[in-house]
Formats: sequence, C-alpha cells, structure tokens
Amino acid sequence: MKNIIFFFLLFSFFLQAKVIEVGINKPLKSIKKAIALAKVDDTILVYKGIYKEGNISINKKITFLGISYPTLDGQKKYEVLSIKADGVIVQGFKVINSGYGTLEDPCGIKVYNRKNVVIQNNILDNNFFGIYIQNGTNCIIKNNKIKASGKQEQLIGNGIHCWKSDSLQVTANTISGHRDGIYFEFVTNSVIWRNISTHNVRYGLHFMFSNDDAYISNVFKNNGAGVAVMFTRRVKMFNNYFEENWGDAAYGLFLKEISDSYIIGNKFSRNTSGIHMEGTSRILVEKNIFEANGWGMKIQASCMENIIKNNNFVGNTFDISTNGSLVLNTFDGNYWDKYEGYDLDKNGVGDVPFRPLSLFAVLTENNPSAMLLFRSFMITLLDKSEKILPSITPDNFIDKTPLMHSLSL
Amino acid sequence: MIEIKNIYKKFGKLEVLSDVNLTFNKGKCVALIGPNGCGKTTLIKSVLGMVIPSKGDILFDQKSILNKYKYREQIGYMPQIGRYPDYMTVGQIIEMMKKIRNSDAVLDEDLIKAFELEKIFDKQMRTLSGGTTQKVSATLAFLFNPDVLILDEPTAGLDPLASEILKEKIIKEREKGKLILITSHLLSELDDLISEIIFMQDGKVHFHKTVHDLLQTTNEQRISKAIASILKSKQ
Amino acid sequence: MNRIIKIIFLDILKNKIVLAYTLILALLSWSSFGLEDNSAKGLLTILNVILFTVPLVSILFATIYLYNSSEFIELLLSQPVKRKKIWLSLFLGLSLSMVAAFFIGAGIPLLVNAPDSVGIMMVIVGCLISIIFVALAFLSSILTRDKAKGIGIAIMTWLYFALLFDGLVLFLLFQFSEYPIEKAMVAVTAFSPIDLARIQILLQLDVSAMMGYTGAIFKDFFGTAIGLMVSFMFLCLWAIIPFYISLKKFKNKDL
Repeated sequence: MKNIIFFFLLFSFFLQAKVIEVGINKPLKSIKKAIALAKVDDTILVYKGIYKEGNISINKKITFLGISYPTLDGQKKYEVLSIKADGVIVQGFKVINSGYGTLEDPCGIKVYNRKNVVIQNNILDNNFFGIYIQNGTNCIIKNNKIKASGKQEQLIGNGIHCWKSDSLQVTANTISGHRDGIYFEFVTNSVIWRNISTHNVRYGLHFMFSNDDAYISNVFKNNGAGVAVMFTRRVKMFNNYFEENWGDAAYGLFLKEISDSYIIGNKFSRNTSGIHMEGTSRILVEKNIFEANGWGMKIQASCMENIIKNNNFVGNTFDISTNGSLVLNTFDGNYWDKYEGYDLDKNGVGDVPFRPLSLFAVLTENNPSAMLLFRSFMITLLDKSEKILPSITPDNFIDKTPLMHSLSL
Repeated sequence: MIEIKNIYKKFGKLEVLSDVNLTFNKGKCVALIGPNGCGKTTLIKSVLGMVIPSKGDILFDQKSILNKYKYREQIGYMPQIGRYPDYMTVGQIIEMMKKIRNSDAVLDEDLIKAFELEKIFDKQMRTLSGGTTQKVSATLAFLFNPDVLILDEPTAGLDPLASEILKEKIIKEREKGKLILITSHLLSELDDLISEIIFMQDGKVHFHKTVHDLLQTTNEQRISKAIASILKSKQ
Repeated sequence: MNRIIKIIFLDILKNKIVLAYTLILALLSWSSFGLEDNSAKGLLTILNVILFTVPLVSILFATIYLYNSSEFIELLLSQPVKRKKIWLSLFLGLSLSMVAAFFIGAGIPLLVNAPDSVGIMMVIVGCLISIIFVALAFLSSILTRDKAKGIGIAIMTWLYFALLFDGLVLFLLFQFSEYPIEKAMVAVTAFSPIDLARIQILLQLDVSAMMGYTGAIFKDFFGTAIGLMVSFMFLCLWAIIPFYISLKKFKNKDL
C-alpha cells in the first residue's frame, strides 16, 4: 500500500516536473551534466551502469533516482555524492569506493547543513564513511545497506555518521564492517529504529552528547566493543538486542554519564558484559533479559539512584559486579536463576532476600586472573559461606523481593 | 631342568637368599627343608618369577627365566596358603584358570575326582576351610599336566585321608618322569616320596644330597633321624 | 589379554559399589536436569560431580579393588601370564568400568539434556578424569603394601587435587598479584588434572566471561586449537605417567 501511494505521488510529481534520464544507451551519459541541466524539483533517473565521475555534488532540490542500482564509483579518490541542497531525495544507488582521508572524512554520501533530505534504498560498499549527516535537520536515512571490511579503527570511518543534527530518522539500515555502525554526536530529538548493526570494528552504536533521542528495536551483534552511550540525558532504549559482543573492553551496552533515561525490554545475550554503567544516575532498567553473559551488569560505584527492577537474569556467569562498597541503586523484583531461597506463602516472591553480588565477582574485579579458579570446589565453598555471612561484599547490595519464576518477557 | 645360579635376594636390609646354587633334574622328587624363615618359599617364588632376585640367574631348560613368562606353562604351583578372590566359587576359579592357561593339553582331573570337588563347585572361596582351600590349590597345580610341580607345604592342613591321596598322586607323577619340588616341615611325611634332599639355613644351602647318600653316610633308616644326626654332628 | 580384562570387567560389574555409583550419578543428573527448565543448573551439578565425586570414587574404588585383588594377582602371577599384561588388564578393566559407570550415570543425561559443545566436552572430560584417577590409584596402591596406608595416600591425593591445589593457586594469585603472573598461572594449571578439566569445561560453559574481560590468558592459550590440544595432551599424560610409573614398579615387585 505504501509503495503504491509513493509511486502515485511520484507519478503526479513527474507531471509537473521534468524527468532527465542518464544511461549508457541514453543521449545523456553523464550524471554531472544531468545535474547541471536540471532545475529545482526535477527528477534525474540513472540507469544501470558504472559511473566514475569523481565527486558528484547535488546543489539543487532534485529527486535523484537509480534504476537497478547504477554504480557510483569514487575510485578511492573522491567523496562520491555530496548533497548541498534541502529536500534532495537519493534512492536506489550503489555507492562504492569513496576516497580515504583522515582530515576530510570523505564519504559515500554526505549531507552538508541541510534539511529534509531523504537517503533511502541505497547500497554502500567499501566507503570510508558511509552516510554522513553534517548539521542536518529532519532528514531520513532508511533501508540502506552499508558494508565495509575495516580491520583497524584508524583505517575506516563510520557507517552512518550524524553530527550536530536534529530530528533525524535512521530506520531499517543494515551496517557492517565500519568503525562505528551508527555514530551520533550532538544529535537531538532523533530516532534510531529497526537497524541491524553487526561486525563493526568498534561500536555498533556510538552515541555522545545527544539528548532526547530514542533507539528502538535495533540489533547490535558481534561488534568490537558493543554499544556506547555517553554524556547524554533523556535517552530511551527500548526493545533492542545486544548480542555476542566479546572482548576485553566489550560491552553489550556501555553507559557513561547518562541520566534520566530508560532501558526497557531489551535483550542482552552472550556478551562479555551485558550493561556496564559508569557515572549514571536516575536510570530505569526494567523488563530486560540478561542471558548467558559473562557479567549481567557491571555497576561502578559512581552510579546512583538507578532502579533495576523486573528483569530476568538467566545463565550469566556473574549477574552483577561492582568495584566499590557503596550501593546507591535499587534492585527490586528481579528474577535471578541463581536464587536458592524459598517461597512459603506462595506469592511468587522469595521469602529471603537475594544477594546478586558474589564474592568471586568481587575477587575477579580486583584480580582478573582469579578467573582461572572459577567454579572450583574451593571457590564454591567460599561463595556459599559469603552468601550466608557477608564479609567482603556490601551487605546492602540486595534484592529484597526476588521472584521465584522468570518473567515472561 | 632347573638351574639356580648364584642367587641373592634382599628384602630391605634382610638377606633372605645368599649365593644359592642348585640344579634340579627330571624324574626327581626334591625336598626343600629347613627351619622357618630359611628362604625356602622365597627360593620357590624366585623360580616362579614372583620374587625377583637381586643378583644371579635361574635357568629353565637352559634358558634364563628373568622377565620371561612362557616357561610357567610347564609349572604347576601349589602355594603354602592359597589366596583366591573371595567371591568366586570353586567352579569359577577352575574355569577361570582354564581360560587363563588357554592350553590345549589334556586336563588332569584326577584330583577333582579324588577330592570330590564337584560337590563344592558352587561354594564361594571365602566360605571354604583352610584344608579345602588346599585341596583346590593342589587340584589347580596338577590340572594342566605340567612337567614341573612346585608344592609349598602340600600336606599342611590336609586331613590324613586327603594327605594320602595327594601323596599317591605325587608318586604317580614322579613315575611319569616329572620334576617335583616339595618344601615341608614334616620330615616323616617325605620318606617314601623323595629322591633328593636340600637343607637350607639362613638363606644358604646347607647340603644337597640324594636320600640314598644321606641315609648311608648317617647310617640311619629314616630321613628325619638322618637330618637330626647331621645337625647334631655340626654342633 | 582380552580374557583377563573380561574376567576383571565382569567381576567389577558384579560389584555393588559400582552399581550404586552409577545409580547415584544417574539419579543426581536426571533430577537436576528435571528441576529447572533450562539446563544450566543440571550442567553445574554435573560439573561439580566431575570435579569432586568422580575423582573421589574413581581413586578410592580402584585403590580398594587393587588391594582386594592381591590374591587374584598372586594367583595370576604363578600362571604363564606376563606381569605387564596382568597390570594393564587390571587398569583397563577398572578404567572401563569407571568410564562406563560415569557414561551411563551422567553421560547419557548430559547428552540428552545438553547435546551441545558443553555437554560433549563434559562427557569427554568426565571420562578422562575417571581414567586419570584410576591411574593415580594404581600409583598409590603400588607405593605401599599396607592397605590402610594405600587408601590414605589415595584420599590425600584426591584432597590435594580437589581442594588444596586450588587454595595454593588462589594464594599465589593474590600474593603475586602485582606481578605479571598470568602466563605462569596457565602453566601451573597443568599440574592439576582437575583444574585442566575444569578450565576446558568453563571455556564452553562460561564462554562469554572467558572470552572477554579476563580474556587475554584464556583466549590466547586455552581458547586456541593448540591450547585445546595441549590441555588434552596433558590430561592424557596425567593418565599415562602415573600408570607407567606403577607398571615399572609392579614389574619389579616381589609377591
């Protein structure tokens, strides 16, 4: 239905505006010439073929359509497509081989200080940066497939890079092999929805100084260091998947200096650390699943007034770990599969509180090599005795209402 | 048939055998006698390979037995105190030995019949009396028709009837030309059995003589008397 | 040789202790898998069984069995059977029955409830641990003629590997935490079969934690194919060397 309306609109659009065709078998063979010929609101149709025209700059409001994915090749020298006008639509291109540079950040597609730009249904292969929105407003980046094969952080740019922008929609893109899959810096009031970001060298999503954003239903899997959200207020993280982010400093979700935010309904599965929190405050962590992680949550002593409730902690090596003895966070009504208490009044809530912090988690925090001894009989004994008589672990680190059965999330 | 050459054996500091040289030939019945702890059993166990000599060599049919095992096919051994797995029955033990030997030689089941062992085939070894256990041991020693029989105190613990049966069996086998080695305290038992006698003391061979020689030199009729007179003349 | 192994194997199978051991393992495994809907708790129970019960039962049972079969050994020795054969048959018979008990009791529930790399690794490691502690039993029983002393040595051996060794490692870890001792610690684990076994299982069971944070030492050694092979080689050595020493001693033993 959507498509029909879209084509109908497009069709009616054609009626009033000119259509310029570019292709090997067409009179016009150069995209650059077509753009020069076009007027505001015209449409340029580009047919299948390989176009090596250096940097293509769109400086008027046009619709730029590719038919059967014509290839725009930057030959590793140029920024392929520069958008320098409001309201440009770019759709259906295969953009490959942008130049490489550390000062200029050449891109597959870059938007310069514009509004209402739409970039959708493109394929971006092997570019330094994929799509770059610089100081954009109300732009849409949708359904693009962005791929690169970066090995080192320094030699590759980000998949979708947004800087100093507002009201962006980043939807349903797949990004892999870049430095950061999606990068947000000083971006406000925006939404990141249904993207799949995998196998990026550094972060699946890198998010800084970007207040009032939401990211919903994305998949972040197997990235070098997971997802980092830093120095931000009022961010909403709903229903995302954070999976298989393994490494020395890899986290499903890394939170640093975050406040007044919501982490609800996410699934953290098979990460070295599900969530790592540093200096966060007033965050609600609710109805998430922490499953088969090395550490479910690492809550550093600098965190306060966070509420962790109604989550499932299942099959994690350690559910919670911390580096200090000060506890200013609340645990309430979570399901812990390590809970061994009983429920005499059958109200579904355990009658004895649960201490999610194990002695051994504290030991390994101080001395990571101690991991060598994990699950040895000796350690099990120590852990059990600590659970009964806490001496090293803070005694107010406690869930007073642990659930007997896992929540169906 | 069996040659023992300069055998020494020490258990820790205790010297049990010291420079023992002996030769045993076919068709002979040799008695090994001496006081307790003189090294009789150790000597026998050395021949069987159960005790490994500290020094010296033992030849069986001109071949050294050290680190060999095949030669034991030609030996039947009856231990002083037979020790068997507690929970096996007499029948199982005999069956197991047949399996282990796996020999196609004709089995000599004379003693099974003579001792009427069939009646106790389903009894567990731990329920047997010392004498009955000895009967089983004797039976096993003769069962595979070996060329050499080594019997450690064969008649100890046997009732007179069984003891007589065993003696007859020994004589019968000697007639067949087998080598028979017996240790015993009861010198009186040996009279009509043996042809040679070895007296051991403190791990050394005191003398090795034929019975005929022994009786002649001492002018005695019975072996026990002859030994006694030798011991007396020594002192 | 086969005849003797068969005799020993059948004799052990008749033993009520092995039967009880198998039953207890089975009961423990099935019930711990049945209690929870995920297999994690069952796996942990069996892990503890592998690290604790299997070594204890293997070493104790084998030691006691060896002392109790001294008559049998003596009987065999007077027969035309090689000493090596007798000892090897005893070892194979005992290993086989311990492995069979573990496999039937814990292996089958493992493979049914957790038919993945964790389950398979646990079965392999459990069988290896059974064999290793049977081999250690051979060593402890050849060291002394005295049954009580031999059993004492067996229990001490078990206690050392199951508990004291880890305590020692923990002590070293914290005593020398200022120094770069990770690599040395990896080498130290080779001195305990239980630790080697445990780490191999951990790598499958707690893969997220093992491959991450403390990763360096694990990933760079145990996590690699070479590390896996070296670990298994060491586990095999733990079975072969004690048995080989005991065989050497048995060959020269006076009975």
